[in-house]
Amino acid sequence: MEIQMQYYLLLGVVMFFAGVYGFITRRNLIAVLISVELNLNAVDINFAVFNRYLYPGELEGMFFTIFAIAIAAAETAVAIAIIINVYRNLSNIEVRNLDQLQEPTETTEPEEKA
Amino acid sequence: MEFTILIVLLPLLTFLVLGLLGMKLKACTSGLIGTFSMGITALLSYATAWLYFTGAQVDGVYQKWIPFNIEWLRFTDALHIDLGVLLDPISVMMLVVISTVSLMVHIYSMGYMKGERGFERYYAFLSLFSCSMLGLVLAPNIFQMYIFWELVGVSSYLLIGFYYTKPEAIAASKKAFIVTRFADLGFLIGILILSFYTHTFDFLTLTSGDHSIFAEAAGTTFMGGSVMAWALALIFMGGAGKSAMFPLHIWLPDAMEGPTPVSALIHAATMVVAGVYLVARLFPVYYFEAPEVLAMIAYIGAFTALFAAVIACVQTDIKRVLAFSTISQIGFMMVALGVSGYGGHHGLGYMAGMFHLFTHAMFKALLFLGAGAIIHAVHSNEMSHMGGLRKHLPVTHITFLIACLAIAGIPPFSGFFSKDEILSAVFAFSPWLGGVMSFIAALTAFYMFRLYYNIFWGTPAQHEHTPHEAPASMTTPLVILAAVTCVAGFIPFGKFVTSDSADYTIHLDPFVAGMSVGIALIAIIVATLFYRKASSIPVRLAQTFSGLHRAASHRFYIDEVYLFVTKRIIFNGISSSIAWFDRHVIDGAMNGMAFLTQRAALAIRGFQSGQVQQYAVVLLSGVLILTILVVFLLCC
Repeated sequence: MEIQMQYYLLLGVVMFFAGVYGFITRRNLIAVLISVELNLNAVDINFAVFNRYLYPGELEGMFFTIFAIAIAAAETAVAIAIIINVYRNLSNIEVRNLDQLQEPTETTEPEEKA
Repeated sequence: MEFTILIVLLPLLTFLVLGLLGMKLKACTSGLIGTFSMGITALLSYATAWLYFTGAQVDGVYQKWIPFNIEWLRFTDALHIDLGVLLDPISVMMLVVISTVSLMVHIYSMGYMKGERGFERYYAFLSLFSCSMLGLVLAPNIFQMYIFWELVGVSSYLLIGFYYTKPEAIAASKKAFIVTRFADLGFLIGILILSFYTHTFDFLTLTSGDHSIFAEAAGTTFMGGSVMAWALALIFMGGAGKSAMFPLHIWLPDAMEGPTPVSALIHAATMVVAGVYLVARLFPVYYFEAPEVLAMIAYIGAFTALFAAVIACVQTDIKRVLAFSTISQIGFMMVALGVSGYGGHHGLGYMAGMFHLFTHAMFKALLFLGAGAIIHAVHSNEMSHMGGLRKHLPVTHITFLIACLAIAGIPPFSGFFSKDEILSAVFAFSPWLGGVMSFIAALTAFYMFRLYYNIFWGTPAQHEHTPHEAPASMTTPLVILAAVTCVAGFIPFGKFVTSDSADYTIHLDPFVAGMSVGIALIAIIVATLFYRKASSIPVRLAQTFSGLHRAASHRFYIDEVYLFVTKRIIFNGISSSIAWFDRHVIDGAMNGMAFLTQRAALAIRGFQSGQVQQYAVVLLSGVLILTILVVFLLCC
């Protein structure tokens, strides 16, 4: 019995939202990166599935998948490099410590004119 | 005659050279440069005078020449400002006066200011002043005159405040600048009204005798007077400010804080007569278009002359005595112009006023330079620190005495001739006013000889070291000016300067001349009795009229009135409430806006936490909401 398209899509949705959940809740940068990979892979599955079921005989979806995998690999390399640098600077890779780009938080009162 | 433009440009160039390069030059070099350039300017002025007075007469009337004129600013066809040179008898006469006195002061300052800090700055400012004053008298239109008028104001400010570490000098320079500036506001408004109605700035057009250009202004009335009269009165207000007429005279006595040669140049001989020159320049306009304003000028002049003469009798600072004497003498010139008519014998007052301006510039500069030599010797301005100086300062003594005799009106010194002409003109106008002016002339003789005896006779004061005569660079100008004072009276002035530029032969009126000499002699004798030897009469007189004496020595409390008006009424009453409004309402609104913006920013800055995951949540919730909305809308 051929597996119906909906199951594949269901798997994609579950993977995608698992990735979103992980991206939002994980504290470790590596885990966040893994979550992003989950998102990407969920999308890859969708591409492959739509190509396979809706346009049999065509290959565009497959190619998109292959490109996405290649790009994800490159992106992971970059992300790992960033994470290593973060570790060098902060000695940890907690996401919530990465807020150095925002303004300092002390409040300043409006200047009183003399 | 195109070279006349150099008379203005040369001092300007000197100012720039000394101002920009003065720091690099040695002090005496910069003094020599300034003096040398002033010497050339003086020679050029004399050449101009010679060429003008020998060549400009057509049918016995001096023509007005404009050898140089360029359009400087063009706003519209009617409103354009030119810069140029106007030669007519009074401007040429003023050229001679200014360049002579200025040259004398330049030479004198080489000795007087020797070793002062800022010597080259002093010469730069002197050059700036000479340039602006010469530009003022040569102005062919009233706007150029106004420009240079302000320039002399600012150079006077700079020179009064020359000793800028002395608080009194700074206060005096500010006072002079603000008071004259206030008067110049009236001057500017007057110029604008005048030119608005007559469509011209040119003196030639204004004084051409064409009355049609004034018709519009004379026809329009404002608050009971014609607009023309208002404009001329406002222009006179500018002149009154510069010439220290009551009630705008308060700056001149304080201006004596400046170096003494500056007082001689600016506050005795040249700048303070700018107001007289202005009235003389516009004299036909005053006489034909607004005789009531001219009468007002005469009365203001007479009152100022009397007022200042009374104060001069009780001052103890020698420079202040001379300052009040200057105010009084300028009052004389104003009276002369005010009572004058136009043409021939009627124009006697005009001629006399100009003559007095000429002679007064010489002998008053001499008096101030002499006072400078005295101050140089005893290091004090106070009469009580002087006395018995005639043995120590022989040259100064003789020249000072000549100047005193001249200002008192004793023949054959120059002041006698000019003052006598003024008195004749005033007697012809109104015997009553003539009597007042004669009384003032007597007061003049009295206070000048009070000054003279207190300085050179009386009890010698104790000095740390024996006073010594000034160096030659200081005594030479004294001698030259004294020589001029001795002979200037014999100049046939009526041949050169008259109201209608035609010849006029001066006649001495024996009655007026005899009377004025008589009262001057009486006043001198009184002063001799009072002050030649220590005498108790002045003290007893002061006690008898203690109220008058105290009021006069406080200059009739005019400064206090000004202080009351400015400080109590304007500063405390008006300005402080406006300042309160500004500080609390205007600034408050601005600060409130800033405060609100900052509060709002603080409230929303929480969104920019820097937490990537937080951003992701917000992004996703946004996407989710949009998706739900789209789905909901598409399906239903």
